[in-house]
Amino acid sequence: MNLTDHERIDRAWRQVRGVHDPELPFLTVEEMGMIRGVRIHEKHLLVSLTPTYSGCPATDVISEDVLAAVQAVEPDAQVEVVLSPAWTTDWILDSAKEKMRTHGIAPPEKGQADRAFLTGKGKVVPCPRCGTDNTHMVSAFGSTACKAHFSCKECLEPFEHFKCI
Amino acid sequence: MHADPHIQSLLRLADDALILGQRLSAWCGHGPILEEDIAVSNIALDLVGQARNLYALAGQREGAGRDEDQWAFFRTDREFQNHLLVEQPNGHFGDTMVRQMLYDAFHLEQMGFLAQQKVDEDLAGIAAKAFKEVQYHWEHSSQWIVRLGDGTEESHDKVQQSLNALWSFTGELFMEDEVDQAGRMSGLLPELAILQTAWLTRVSDCLKEAHLTAPEGLWMQRGGKQGLHSEHLSYLLAEMQTLPRTYPDAVW
Ligand SMILES: [Zn+2]
Repeated sequence: MNLTDHERIDRAWRQVRGVHDPELPFLTVEEMGMIRGVRIHEKHLLVSLTPTYSGCPATDVISEDVLAAVQAVEPDAQVEVVLSPAWTTDWILDSAKEKMRTHGIAPPEKGQADRAFLTGKGKVVPCPRCGTDNTHMVSAFGSTACKAHFSCKECLEPFEHFKCI
Repeated sequence: MHADPHIQSLLRLADDALILGQRLSAWCGHGPILEEDIAVSNIALDLVGQARNLYALAGQREGAGRDEDQWAFFRTDREFQNHLLVEQPNGHFGDTMVRQMLYDAFHLEQMGFLAQQKVDEDLAGIAAKAFKEVQYHWEHSSQWIVRLGDGTEESHDKVQQSLNALWSFTGELFMEDEVDQAGRMSGLLPELAILQTAWLTRVSDCLKEAHLTAPEGLWMQRGGKQGLHSEHLSYLLAEMQTLPRTYPDAVW
C-alpha cells in the first residue's frame, strides 16, 4: 500500500479523533485542544500533544491512548509531549463547550487574559442547569485540576466550572 | 552540586516545587474543611507536576540519562538546593498558609520573568504554564491570610505568630550567589533585587489588608540554595524517598 504523506496524516487524525479524555469522557482530546498536530517526521508519523495542567494525572494515560491509537495504523508512530506554547482553555473547541454545558459543567469563556475572570471573582458564570447568573464560587479548586467548584443560588445545585487558564 | 550553573538553576526551581508540593500533599485527608483539602491537594499536584517537568528538562540538558525520579528520589539532603522557606513544617493551617503566601508571591514574580526570558525556550514554556497555575495559588493563599488576619482575635494572633516565625526565611529568596549571578548575566534568571521590590509590594499589600505586621530587623536565615538545610528537610526526604530507595526498580 502506497499512501501519500497527506493520506497517512489524514488516517492518523481519524484515529486520534477517537481518543477520549479520561477525566471528561464525553470529550475527545482533540476537542480539548490537546492535539497540536500530526506530521511526518523522518518518515514516521508524529503526534504532538500538549498537557492541560503541569500535574494533570490524566496526561500519561492520554499520551498512551493516543500512541496506541496511531500505532494501530502505523506501528512505528510516535507521540511527543510539547510544553511550549502552554495550553490554554482558548484552544477548547466550541463543540466541546456545548457538551460541557449539557453535562452540568460551566465551560470556560474566551479571553484568559481577564484576570478577574481567571479567579472567578466579579465575573458571571451562568448555572449550566437553570441558566441563571445568580451563582457564586465555593472554591477555585474542584474535583480535578481544571475545574472550580460553584453553587447556584436559584436552583441550589452545586456545579463545576472549567477554569480559564 | 552540579558544575553547570544552568542545570543547577533548573534543579533549584525543581527542588522548590517538589519540596513544597510534598509538604502540601501531607494535608490531603487532613484539611480543615473538604474544599480546603481539595484545594491544597490540587496546589500540591500543580507543584509536583512543575517539578517533574523541570527535572525532566534538567535531565535532558545534562544528557547523562537521569530522569525526574533519579533527581527526586536518589539525591541526599545536601544535594537539594531548595530555599529554606519551602521545607519548613506545615504546623497548623495558618502556618501553612503564611508559608504559602510568602512563597506564592515570590513564585509568581519568578515565573513571570522565566516565561519571558529568551535563553531557554523549553524553560519558558514550563514557566508560562506554571505562571497561570501560580496565579490561582496566590489568590488562594493571599485571601486566606486576609481572612485569618482580619478574622477573630485568635486567628489574627496565630497568623501574626506564623509570620514572625517564617519571615526570617524570606531573605534567602533574594540573596544572589554565583549560580544566580551566572543566570542573571546570561539573561536566564531575574535580577533578585528587582524581584524583591515586586515581592515586597505584593506581600505588603496583602499584610496591610489582613492587619498583620511584617517583623523588622530580623536575622535572615540562609543556606538552602547551597545545600545547607534545616533538619526538617532530612525527615521529609526520608519519608518521600524510602520506597524507591528500598525497591529501586519498582514500577507501578
Ligand atoms: Zn441553577
